[in-house]
Amino acid sequence: MRYLPHTDEDIRSMLEVVGVKCLDDLFPTVPESCQFIRENHIPGPFSEWELNDHMEVLAKKQSRSGNSRFIGAGSYEHYVPASVSSLLGRSEFVTPYTPYQPEISQGTLQAIYEYQTLVGRLLGMEVVNASLYDGASALAEALLMAVRITRKKRVAVSSAIHPHYRRVAETYLRPSGIEMVDLPYLENGRTDFTRCDPVEDLAAVAVQSPNFFGCIEDLKMICEYCDSNDLLSIVSFAEPLAYGLLKNPGSQGAHIVCGEGRSFGLPLWFGGPGLGMFACRKKYMRSMPGRLVGKAVDKDCKDGFVLTLATREQHIRREKATSNICTNSSHCALAAAVYMATVGGTGMRELATLNRDKSEYLKKELTKAGFKIPFDAPTFNEFVVKSPPGFEQTHRRLMEKGIVAGLPLASYYPELAGYYLLCVTETAGRNEMDELIREIRS
Amino acid sequence: MSEQYASTGLVFDEPLLWEKGSKGRQGFSMPVRDVEKCPLDSDLEGDLPDLPDLSEPDVVRHYTRLSQWNFCVDTGMYPLGSCTMKYNPKVNEKYAALEGFAGAHPMVPSFLSQGVLKLMYDLEGVLREITGLDAVTLQPAAGAQGELAGMLVINAYHRAGNKKHSKILVPDTAHGTNPASASLCGYRPVSVKSNENGILSARAISEVMDEDTAGIMVTNPNTLGLFEENVSEIARIVHAKGGQVYCDGANMNAMMGVVDLGRTGIDVLHLNLHKTFSTPHGGGGPGAGPVCVKKHLEPFLPVPRIVLKDGVYEIDEEYPDSVGRLHSFYGNFGVMIRAYSYILTMGFAGLKKASQLAVLNANYIRTALEGDFYLPYDRFCMHECVFSDKFQREDKVITLDMAKRLIDFGFHPPTVYFPLVVDGAIMIEPTETESKETIDQFISACKAIAREAKENPTLLKDAPSKSKVKRLDETAAARRPCLLG
Repeated sequence: MRYLPHTDEDIRSMLEVVGVKCLDDLFPTVPESCQFIRENHIPGPFSEWELNDHMEVLAKKQSRSGNSRFIGAGSYEHYVPASVSSLLGRSEFVTPYTPYQPEISQGTLQAIYEYQTLVGRLLGMEVVNASLYDGASALAEALLMAVRITRKKRVAVSSAIHPHYRRVAETYLRPSGIEMVDLPYLENGRTDFTRCDPVEDLAAVAVQSPNFFGCIEDLKMICEYCDSNDLLSIVSFAEPLAYGLLKNPGSQGAHIVCGEGRSFGLPLWFGGPGLGMFACRKKYMRSMPGRLVGKAVDKDCKDGFVLTLATREQHIRREKATSNICTNSSHCALAAAVYMATVGGTGMRELATLNRDKSEYLKKELTKAGFKIPFDAPTFNEFVVKSPPGFEQTHRRLMEKGIVAGLPLASYYPELAGYYLLCVTETAGRNEMDELIREIRS
Repeated sequence: MSEQYASTGLVFDEPLLWEKGSKGRQGFSMPVRDVEKCPLDSDLEGDLPDLPDLSEPDVVRHYTRLSQWNFCVDTGMYPLGSCTMKYNPKVNEKYAALEGFAGAHPMVPSFLSQGVLKLMYDLEGVLREITGLDAVTLQPAAGAQGELAGMLVINAYHRAGNKKHSKILVPDTAHGTNPASASLCGYRPVSVKSNENGILSARAISEVMDEDTAGIMVTNPNTLGLFEENVSEIARIVHAKGGQVYCDGANMNAMMGVVDLGRTGIDVLHLNLHKTFSTPHGGGGPGAGPVCVKKHLEPFLPVPRIVLKDGVYEIDEEYPDSVGRLHSFYGNFGVMIRAYSYILTMGFAGLKKASQLAVLNANYIRTALEGDFYLPYDRFCMHECVFSDKFQREDKVITLDMAKRLIDFGFHPPTVYFPLVVDGAIMIEPTETESKETIDQFISACKAIAREAKENPTLLKDAPSKSKVKRLDETAAARRPCLLG
């Protein structure tokens, strides 16, 4: 076995030092009733080339979905530059542990400090943590944080937040008896936050922008409403690229910002690993979940970085910790930082604009082909259409050809039967969009 | 070659990212604009993002220099107790990057995702085989989320039986994340002391277990590296009072093919794919924390589940008793590919051998260093052994000094000051992928440090001396946090 370095002679001499005769004798403390005696059915061992074949067969089964995909719904396809993948593949970034020993982990620590800073600038926030698992758990942690800060037991959550995120938040909140109040969406596709008014014991209002329908929420109005009603405003997001173009949540007054950062430099990977981005105002820093990297100086007064404010965390604060998170998405945070560095501020604006313009093009062409735009709030790279009669069959026929013409919304919002959520990023060419339209018309 | 395997070389200083670059540089190959500009309402448009503009070579050099400041598994031994820093096979990375996997979209219908779903389904199957438990969810994104999932499952099981509890037993030798995970489920952790042999006694459990206690969270092997020999008896006591037994399986690397978890009496187990199953730690994640349960708990597992119906893999949401969803999509598939590749490469015999050799390496170190360092529990250990600084404290040298000095010898420090039951703990987990030569080098480094502690403790107090930075002032950093540049 190529990962196991011990020769028979090594094993013999080591067993002698330990004072036992064979490997089985190393387990005198395992009672007979707990021993592994059953037959097992684990395939292998496979040689490297046998496994190559096996994995390629599995991966090829996927290829039917092709490249013509007009679907986002929380997972947006963006081009990952070769330089980004190459840097991310360096052993020195892939194989270290959490940087608890700062003297020999300065690479990871500076990179994460830079990640915190770049995300802070993009979102307009004062404090950013070193990452959480994904957009869904980031929302759940944000709601728990709001409850901790305010000591209130209800949270209002927009029904236009990604349905999966809401379900995860429910899973996290239910056992603690925290109640989630659903805020309906308006006719224009934005959240009706005025429905918070009669709710008592409310800690926070959470919205997503752009929301699940692709609609850009009026964050300023929501944050002002929260401020004047003594509520915390939580802004979630699934597409960080939007803030390359749009006013960021921090500038609109958000208290806590949480979302999915996978768009920046990571493959789709069937939705995971993701990157939970998490930010807040400085005054809430000590209630924040997750790790933080901060500046420090060493014995010779040289600058460096350390994990800091650890007294919030589970290994020190135990059951009173701000979260149970330990392993996070550090390597994904690195990916986002390398991606942001590669694209740059000017490039981020250009790329975001291109995403929006392409999606506006498809929106316009679909309208010409008989689709309706049910929500008139502005959108970024994703939008909802109401399909003409008979589109369901077309949708299925296109799928067989490897063209995914959006996500049907009925299973998430029963009242939206016949409505589809479509997404266009920079990876879709105009010719692919034109082909989609041709297929739809035929 | 001297005893010290660490050396100094040409290492570059590198400014912060935003101190580099120049406005107008571009490191990204921008796609050609093939559609017209569409004006955006000026109320919506933000300022230009305040990110530096860099060329591709700027970015590559920056991160390459940063990477050279990191210690990692590929450069040296990482004897980190309870973290299982084994070798991360390269071929796993190759499979994770296959276009069919890397480009798989999570929101397309399952008939377009058959390859991904088959891999997940089969991975669940091999994890069932390895653990002897009946059902698996791959959804949790890390060990702590797996713990949470496990506790949520127990919570939902009790609720279905109309039972409510306020407490959960957590031994003093359990993992650090356990109390925080339990408290998310509304349980107050009740600490249980391990006995003079470092393990739980059945009596200690029967004294505290009552009808208001939801169960126990036991780490096996525990954080002293000792197998909980009384686990089956403890499970009987807990079950008799209506409780459930959660096992933290972070230390599974000691048990593959050796212990049949299904026979130990436990009900729930979480695994760490980034420990036992060789997926890389990535400087702190991502990981994956699958949860395995006995049959009676299967209805409560997180949704969606992957099922096989008439030869077709499907994503099934129809589990009304489920605790709900835990991940944005289906868990960390990118990590699952690597673990699956590792398991198939090893086969059952290889996995069993890995656990045996992990335990051999740990016992070899235990035997070799006993005498140089205080060994609070002098018995056969599993995959890790725990010493303390009791001998060295006479010379005013503490665990931290010795840990930092190991860096100068070219080794990552062990886990220190954990578990809390041992004062000044030094917790060493060598893993099976370290050869006898490396283990011997580690042992002689530790012995040299024990000598230095007596003869020249200044060397230890000043350590590390060869790293890019010296010891950092963490207290000052926490007092005036500077988190953003």
